[in-house]
Amino acid sequence: MGKYLLRRLAVNVILVAVAASLAYMLAATTMNPRAAYEGRQPPVAEAVVDATLDAYNLNDKTPVLQRYATWVSGVVTGDFGKTWNGGSVNDEMGRRIMVSLRLLLVGTLVGFALGVALGAYSAVKQYRFADRSIGVSSFVVMAIPVFVLATLLAIGTYNLNRGLGFTLIEYTGEYNPRLSGWDQLLNRLNHLILPTISLSLGSIAFYSRIQRSMMLDVLNQDFVRTAMAKGLRRRTALLKHALRTALIPAATYFAFAFGTMLTGATFTEKIFAWHGMGAWLIDSIQQNDVNAVAAVSFFSAVCVLAAAFLSDLLVAALDPRVRVS
Amino acid sequence: MRSKVVFARLLRNRQARYGAIALVLLVALAYIGPYIGPYDWTDKDFLSFLSPPSADHWWGTTTIGQDMYAVTLRGMQKSIIIGLLVALLATGLAALVGAFAGYFGGWVDKVLMWGVDLLLVLPSFLIIAIVSPRLKGASWLWFVALLAAFTWMITSRVVRSMTLSLREREYVLAAVYMGIPRWKIILRHIVPNLSSLLIIDATLNVSAAVIGEAALSFFGFGIQPPDVSLGTLIAEGSRNATGYPWLFAFPAGLLVVLVLSVNLLGDGLRDALDPGSNS
Repeated sequence: MGKYLLRRLAVNVILVAVAASLAYMLAATTMNPRAAYEGRQPPVAEAVVDATLDAYNLNDKTPVLQRYATWVSGVVTGDFGKTWNGGSVNDEMGRRIMVSLRLLLVGTLVGFALGVALGAYSAVKQYRFADRSIGVSSFVVMAIPVFVLATLLAIGTYNLNRGLGFTLIEYTGEYNPRLSGWDQLLNRLNHLILPTISLSLGSIAFYSRIQRSMMLDVLNQDFVRTAMAKGLRRRTALLKHALRTALIPAATYFAFAFGTMLTGATFTEKIFAWHGMGAWLIDSIQQNDVNAVAAVSFFSAVCVLAAAFLSDLLVAALDPRVRVS
Repeated sequence: MRSKVVFARLLRNRQARYGAIALVLLVALAYIGPYIGPYDWTDKDFLSFLSPPSADHWWGTTTIGQDMYAVTLRGMQKSIIIGLLVALLATGLAALVGAFAGYFGGWVDKVLMWGVDLLLVLPSFLIIAIVSPRLKGASWLWFVALLAAFTWMITSRVVRSMTLSLREREYVLAAVYMGIPRWKIILRHIVPNLSSLLIIDATLNVSAAVIGEAALSFFGFGIQPPDVSLGTLIAEGSRNATGYPWLFAFPAGLLVVLVLSVNLLGDGLRDALDPGSNS
């Protein structure tokens, strides 16, 4: 088992390297950092532009492979290079990475836990009112893209706050920098509410649908009937025997759903004005910032593969057959 | 004969019926609606900027005096076309690549699996967003190609695994012994037997593509002005959705209803074509 996980880890490291290289190549060949210096008045001398771009490893006159080699030799030592205006990508990433990770972590946990719980509940209550309403609402939610959902939430909260006459839920930015101590923490939690809802609602719907159908499969099987027949309470039989088995497919979907979650986080960050990695991706594409784009790609590759690894672990923990073979 | 059975099953399915009716109405609205409205989507009414819905401008006007009704329907036309084209291309590609990989095995198969794994690692949104600045000023068909190029991978994996079992069926073996070339076996015997999966997948890909297009256009990576799509309109409207709700409500509402009806139809199709599955 440990060997299997180690091999997966090794494959994942290779995949991160390939994915990040691919993203760097794409960015380096399609983007034009020179544009930032063109059309200035007074015009910047070409030699000066070349020298600046060379210093940042962004010069499109250098062959791509050579730039790539420079970038790789930096990344291997943990240096992601310079942004389009000479700042350090590492510093910027250090500022932003926690913002994104917090959002992703909370969103993933809430999405997975609530989605699985709702799906299992609606399977147990098959064809009752609860099941139907969960089914219909998850269907509707899955048809609403994150950017529409986030905007709807913002409008709703705006009207709620106005109706109440005071600000109950804040949603612009990450926190209010003027507060400190406990107030600060509460304020951060307050700012987290809407982004978390907008990020996790889609995955709640997604997981609840998977979990419902898996749970229905399992509920009709002999081992659940046996568990009940041997005198276990219904709750224990459902949670320990049925849900545990039915969780396995949802756990394997975990890795797949994480990519969608990252895309969702980009919209959420941008709409709620969080300065995370996703927002950085959009900004850096618009600024032709090759190294920043590569860094964000690297980050997302690492995140997805960490999620994949986690889902392997989860499956191994749930499924004894995987542990044995 | 089977198509008749499937069609009857589809009609009996309430979800699919509602989905199909809603879809027909939406397509009719998108393509017939503009002829009924008083304004063309390129018209600008310089006497009413940002006016709320009224008898003259049914869905209000934009910041530059465009008629929201005409512009939104135009955007929906584009979204529908993009959705259909992307779904067709992506599903076709997935069927071909998956069937070839599954049938031939070996290195073809390995390369495909690597591609799928890579896509899983780098979200397609990210790749398309990186490439898209290059497409500024290019035809929107490039955008369709790009969207399709990054949607097919996961389906192709399913197609591959189904091909692996189809390859051993008697009729395929019979074709092999009759000396029919392999590409012909794939096209004539394997892909048609995957048709139910492919039809379902194509339908669901339509909604995925409509959302994907809107998502990319939301950040300005997709359809470029002066052309409009539901995504660009939603992006425009969401900026001041609290002050001028009609700019946001109509395109966003239509997008959601469009995606919902396609999904309903796709789910109904799945039940009709593939009654055993319950995912």
